[in-house]
Order: sequence, then structure tokens, then C-alpha cells
Amino acid sequence: MVNLHTERPASIYFLMRYAKAILLPAFTLLLIWALNRSWGSIPAFGPLLSPFVGFWQNAESVNTSDEEITLNGTQAPVTVIIDDKAVPHVFAQNDHDVYFAQGYLTARDRLWQMEFQTHAAAGRVSELVGERALELDRYNRRLGMGFGAEKSVKAMMDDPRSRESVEAYTAGVNAWISQLKPAQYPLEYKLLGYAPEPWQPIKCAYFLKYMSGVLALGADDLNMSNVLQKAGPAVTANLFPDYPFREDPIIPVGTKWDFKPVKIPAVPPASVSAVGSLSMNWAEHDPAIGSNNWAVGPQKSATGYPILANDPHLTLSLPSIWYQMQLVTPTMNVYGATMPGAPGVIIGFNKQVAWGVTNVGADVLDFYQIKFRDNRHLDYWHDNRWKPVTRRIERIKIKGQPDKVDTVLYTHHGPIMYMEGQKPFARNVPVGYAARWIGHEESNDFLTYYLLDRAANHADYRKALSYYGAPAQNFVFADVAKDIAISPNGRFPLKWKDQGKFLLDGTNPAHDWQGWIPAEQNPHVKNPPRGFVSSANQSSTDTTYPYYINWQFAPAERGTRINQRLTAMQQATPDSLRMLQNDNLNLRAQQALPIFLPYVRVEKLTAEQKKAVDILKKWRYNHDIAEIGPTLFTEWMRQYMDGVWRDDFPNTDSTTLRYPSFDRTLQMAEQEPTAHWFDDVTTTAPETIGDVLTQTLKLAVDSLARQHGPLGESWQWGKHKATRIAHLARLDALSALNVQIGGGAGIVNATTERTGPSWRMVVALGPQPKAYGVYPGGQSGNPGSPYYLNMLETWRTGQLNELLYLQSAQDKNPAIKRRIILK
Amino acid sequence: MIQLLLIAILGLLAQLILPWWSLALVAFLVCLWRSQSASQAFLYGFLGAALVWLGYALLIYLRTGGDFTGRMGELLFKVNNAALPMLATALLGGLVGGLSGLSGFFIRQAFGNQVASHAAGHTRP
Repeated sequence: MVNLHTERPASIYFLMRYAKAILLPAFTLLLIWALNRSWGSIPAFGPLLSPFVGFWQNAESVNTSDEEITLNGTQAPVTVIIDDKAVPHVFAQNDHDVYFAQGYLTARDRLWQMEFQTHAAAGRVSELVGERALELDRYNRRLGMGFGAEKSVKAMMDDPRSRESVEAYTAGVNAWISQLKPAQYPLEYKLLGYAPEPWQPIKCAYFLKYMSGVLALGADDLNMSNVLQKAGPAVTANLFPDYPFREDPIIPVGTKWDFKPVKIPAVPPASVSAVGSLSMNWAEHDPAIGSNNWAVGPQKSATGYPILANDPHLTLSLPSIWYQMQLVTPTMNVYGATMPGAPGVIIGFNKQVAWGVTNVGADVLDFYQIKFRDNRHLDYWHDNRWKPVTRRIERIKIKGQPDKVDTVLYTHHGPIMYMEGQKPFARNVPVGYAARWIGHEESNDFLTYYLLDRAANHADYRKALSYYGAPAQNFVFADVAKDIAISPNGRFPLKWKDQGKFLLDGTNPAHDWQGWIPAEQNPHVKNPPRGFVSSANQSSTDTTYPYYINWQFAPAERGTRINQRLTAMQQATPDSLRMLQNDNLNLRAQQALPIFLPYVRVEKLTAEQKKAVDILKKWRYNHDIAEIGPTLFTEWMRQYMDGVWRDDFPNTDSTTLRYPSFDRTLQMAEQEPTAHWFDDVTTTAPETIGDVLTQTLKLAVDSLARQHGPLGESWQWGKHKATRIAHLARLDALSALNVQIGGGAGIVNATTERTGPSWRMVVALGPQPKAYGVYPGGQSGNPGSPYYLNMLETWRTGQLNELLYLQSAQDKNPAIKRRIILK
Repeated sequence: MIQLLLIAILGLLAQLILPWWSLALVAFLVCLWRSQSASQAFLYGFLGAALVWLGYALLIYLRTGGDFTGRMGELLFKVNNAALPMLATALLGGLVGGLSGLSGFFIRQAFGNQVASHAAGHTRP
């Protein structure tokens, strides 16, 4: 090569050699640097693709070898048995060790999820993904998630039992994190380019706030205030009644209240806060987030012992929401569903008792209009005097940018989420309203689960429930002494009737929350004569309960259907309860179609629309995947609700209103079919119920034809609904898409497009409990693990796995795959 | 040939304890120590590194089943195919190794070899 250049002057030749010797290594270094970091949402490809540290390292196969791990965190050796579903069965010799092992094992399988969910609650997503999450983070911080978590962690630390469990759990998580090498980081850290940080007790509190955010943030106060302002009190009371037309409440009608109620605050005069025209895009509570639970008593069960079932419905996500575990100490042997980030079992059973939860949907979030002294916002008017505003500084870290500092003003009600001069999260946000939320209260919810995990009888269950704060749950219970019980339970503010149905006046002390319903007076029933207890988020009680919990609950159909089937059920077995969990009957369609279909003017329909009517007439109201009826009915009813109410209660950018419930709308068709509400006020011609039903049916069929083509197989419910279980970081490749499963909103099998039974459990009590369960996903949070989605098919087809309930670490069972000793 | 083997073996060992870019360091040092031409340095660097990355990736793939590799194909390239992540891994490792090897050669040529080439110039009539 040298010889080729001998003709050239030596100086140029050397220059070129030096240039190459500088430029190429410089370029190579630059390339390596660029590959070593992430660019926006583009991951760092160098470390990501390297088989030594990248995603390849997350590929796992079934592990069957025993392990002995020295962690220096346990007080005595802990034996962990892993079964064929990768469920850990922890045998520890004391409380500390069992929670230490729970933290360690949960982190091993679910570290990224635990940290991400608590980061989200803490308003720290911008730290990971940059500015696009800034408004979300602001929202969570202004809601007071941190404020609430700090109070909760204090309550946890004040009780030695919850303190020990939270601290040991934290130590266990950190024992896993501290020995973790980058190559072993969960895949999501590699994709997003960050590293896990140490766990802290407050993260357990953040996890609780996260769940309260999911389950106890329903608020229609603003929409209802707008309705009231537009329609007046008489119409509002008529169209938005405090108790549904059809209802079958959780506490059976006729149950006697065995307590003397405390004094209930009087309804103040002019109880409704005078408001201007207001609008706020408050995230409305998703009605599909609900749950079922029930227990049949000895007289209805084949064995003479109670059987209990529970399926909590949440927005389905991956890694799976729940994590199964068995936790054993000399004083406890509990099995069930745990939540990554929380010590103990949340839904489960031990040798004596079983329990489960569904959401209550209590009105525990209210908004107060605040009057400031002046623009400095240093004082606000309350109880006829000026009171000081406190300030909380929120420092938000943003990936690749300087921190943002947000100052949130707090009154004794709570934080003022949006202030004048701040760029609001939504376009038209009312300024100066304080949010009063149950999540801001000091409560030690973990203690409830700590005590339930060890409960031996009904009295223990009642005692455990008395510590519970939020999110309020309907706790169903059954025990080996053949008791069954249910209680809508949580801390319920002591309110005057309808307090918080509308926006409240922050200057008037009569509008404040004035204490609490005494815990022992929360609605409850034990061994009702009908032989079963159940809940499906419907009204907690009938109208005889002396206190106000909320004016609206989830629609009654699911609960009603469950009660119909349980009433008829005899000689029940776990399989009878499993079948009920998979019930696909649409009670709403069964009630509504015989009323609506005769109104449809068939002569006005096209051939395809007529065909749709025929399908609806022949439909047996079942939401199986191959049916077209559910697709038609669901879309038609959506259009119908718009057709009846959009002209009267429009939802625009400047004013957000809401529609009356479907229950009230159906009642109108049955009892007031000539109501003026059927007329569209935006047209000159008078419309009747028949016009609205015919017109909206046409719209529904046409809209479906645009989505799916001509009426045919592509309209089938399973294809139309296309249930999706999305990865928490919204990565389709790591999600389960188009899962073919029946059910739907308002159906016992409550699987909608995005929500559904996140854990199904059936427990038959007896001398030896027999339990069954499944969730849509798997024990591992690692998409590269064979246990990431291994239970999905069992869940989809409505089957349950038998849960391995071991009595000792020496038990023999073919389902046992390996042992881990933690030292 | 010795360079290729050295890059593969030392690269493998280095990456067991050092970050992924230690591969570049190995390819660079080996070619700095001994390389005959630019194309040869690039080729040995590329092949040595690609072999190690592809080989290890293939080993993991075969040991754990291909579902996850397919998912990663979907995630990174929107195609559920295990071959793509495999190819991308080999190419990326190869490119980094090749460029590092070439860098080693150029620096060797500019500095280390300069003495020899000067000596050769002086002996020429």
C-alpha cells in the first residue's frame, strides 16, 4: 500500500495517514457513545442488542434446579417451594422473615412493575420518559398523592405489626436490587434506559395511593353541578335519583340495622354551592372497573361448608396485576393474590377463613370552592375568618431537561389542584377548587390485610375491617365454622344526604366532612336467611341505611344476575361458582330489548338494518364470542343514549354535563314513553321514542358497517370487542392483543375491551380448604419468561387452576418443581 | 487469522466482566498490535465481533425457545420474526468491531508503522 503512494509528496501522504488515524477512531468513539445512550424513545441499541447485557439476557427457560441464596437479611433460613405455575410457597420461622422473603421474591419477578407503578403515583414518570409525562405527573402531585402517602407511611410505622412487615418487605426488595447487575435488569429498564433505585417504605404507601387512584377517584360533582344549574333541582332530582329504579343491594333488603346511629349532620340551607359555568375534564370513573364476589352458605353447598368466589375487575395489564403466593409462619398459613408493592395477601384464604373484595364506589372525593383574601393567595375564608394557606413544593425531574418546580396550595380541605395563571391539564379548568379526598387521610390499610391473613373466625374478620381506610371495599367472608358475611367497608365520611353530589362551598363549615361513620356501623350482614352473600359494586344498602355513602353506584344488572343464579343454586360445588363467574348473560338486554324492539319502525329500515333487527330478535342475550347480537345491542344503546340525551345535556368544551343513567332511561321508556325528553330540541319536528329508537338503530348499523364491512362474521362480538391486555408501558409487542373472550360491561363475566377479571378465585372451605384460581398473565413480569403469559389461555377459556396449598415444607406433591433456601 | 481468533476469544472474555463496548476495545487493540491492511483489519474486527454476538445470541435463542426473540422483533422492527433481532445483533456487533479494528490499523499505520516505513524509505536508492 505504501508503494502505491510513492509518487505523491511525502507531506500529503503523512497528513492523510494522520487524518485517518484521528478521524476514524473519533467516528468510532462517537458511534459507540451514540449507541450507548437512548435518544428520546429510541433505546440505547448497543447495550440493548448485546447478548452479554442486553435483551437476550432476559430470555429465560423453565428452571428446575434448587438454589441456596445467602442474603444476610433473614433471621433464620427460609425455605421457598416453587410450583409448576412459578408460585412461591414461603416457609419462614417468623413474621420478619416471611415478609422479607415476600419482598425479595416479588422483586425477583416483578421489580420494574413495582417501581413503575409507585413512580407513577408519585408523579415521577417524566424522570423516565421525559416531558411528555409532565402533565400526568403534575396531575398526580396536585391531587396530593405524595401528601397522602406521607400520612399513610406514618400510620404504618406507628403500629409495630405493620411496621415490621413493611420494613422487612422493603429489606427483601433491596436485597434483590442490591445484588442486581445491569445484565439482569428487567427488560423495561433496558428499553427506557434507567436503573432501579432502592425501595423505601413510602413506596408501599404510594402503591396504596395508586390503588385508591384507580378505585376511589370517581367524581361527578362538577358535571352534576352543571346539570343542576341548567335543569334546576326538580328535574335533577327526577332524572338523577339517589336510588335506582331496579336494584338488588349488597346488604339484602330487609336486613335490620343492629346499631343506634350517631347524629347525622343537618342539611345546611342553600346546601348547593353557587357556581358559575364550570368545566373540567375530570377523569370520570370507568364503570367497567368493578368486581364480583359472593359466598354460598352451608345450606347451599354440596359439602355443607361455605364456598367463596371473587373476581376483581380492573384495567387488565401486563405484567399481571396480581402475584400469587403462599406465606407460612408458625402462626399463619395464608395463600392468595398479593399485589407487587404491598406486603401480605390481599385476596385469599387460610385454613379457617377465605375472603375477597370488590369496590364500594363511595363518594370520598369532593370539591370545595375556595375564596382567597387577595391575589397573593396567602389566606382563604372559612368559618367567618381568614385562615392561612400552606404551600407544598413539588420538584419534578424531567429526563434530559432541567427540573420543574410546581407549588401547590393547600387548605384544610386539601390541595387546590388548579390555580389561576397555571397552565391547566385540561382546557377549561375551574380555578380555586380544593379537592377533599379519602386518599389524604392517615390510615393503616395494611393492618387489615395483616389481620385477615391470620383471621380464624368472623370476629377476627370484623376486627380486621375496622382498621381499613381506602379504597373502600365490599369484603366478603366465609369460614370453616360455616359463617358467611359481607360488609361494604372503609372509612366513610359522615355526611348529610347528598353532600358531595354537587360542588361544595369551601367557606361554609357545614360543608366540611364532619367526622366518620363509626366503623362498627358500616353496612354488614352475617348469615342472611337467603343462604348467600354477594356484591357487584351495586348500591351498598337499600334506602333504610341511616347514612349517606353515595347517590349512585355501579349499575344493578351484574349483581341482580348473580343473585338470581345464587338463589336458584343448590348443592353448589366450586365448579358451580366457576360457571357463574363465566356467566355471559346480558340482563340489561334481556330487560330492554322486549321493550325497545316493538318501537322500531321496520318499514323505514334498509335490508341490512332489517337483518340486524332479526339478529337481535333471535338473540338469547348471551355475550359469547361468536354472537353478533352483543355487538349490535352495545352500539345501538350507545347511540340511543346519545339520541335521547345529547340535545338536553350536551358535553362540550365549555360545559360538561352528564346523561342520566341507563336504568333511569329504561324506566322512562317503560313508565313515561311519551316524556318530552325523547324530543330532540334542536329540530322543529317533534320526535317520539319510536323515532329515537329507529334512528339510532340505523346509525348503529351504519356505523358498524363502516367499521367492519357488510353484516357478517366480522361483526362477531369477540372480534368486535378484541380484548386487549396492554403492557404498562403501552408496548404492543409485550401485550396480549385481540384476546377472544366473551362477556362485557354489566355482565358477570365482565371482560370488556380493556378491563376484566384480573384474578378469579374460588375457595371451598372444609377440614382441608380446596382452592382454585387464575389470572390473565403469569407469575413472571419478564416478557422473556415462559411464565409471562402462561395462564392466559386457562383464563380465556374460563378454567381455573387448582391452587397448591401446602401444609409444610416437607409436603410431597408432583406440582412442586424446585426449592430455594434463603439464608 | 490469529487476529480474528484473538478478537473473538478476548472479546468474549472481556464482555463477561466489562461493558458491551469492551468488544470495541479488544478489536482495536488486537489490530493495533498486528494487522496487514485496512480491509483485513475491518474484516477481522467485524467477523470476530459478529461471531461472538451472533454465537452467544444463537445459544440463548436455542436454549430458551424463540418466542421472546420474535416479540423483540415485533418491538424493535414491527415484524414478529426472530431472524431480525438476530441479524441486527450480528450486524451491530460486527460494525462496532470492524470500525474499531480499522481504527486500530490506521493508528498503527500512522504511528507504530511509521518507523518501519521511514527506514524503508532511507534504504531506497
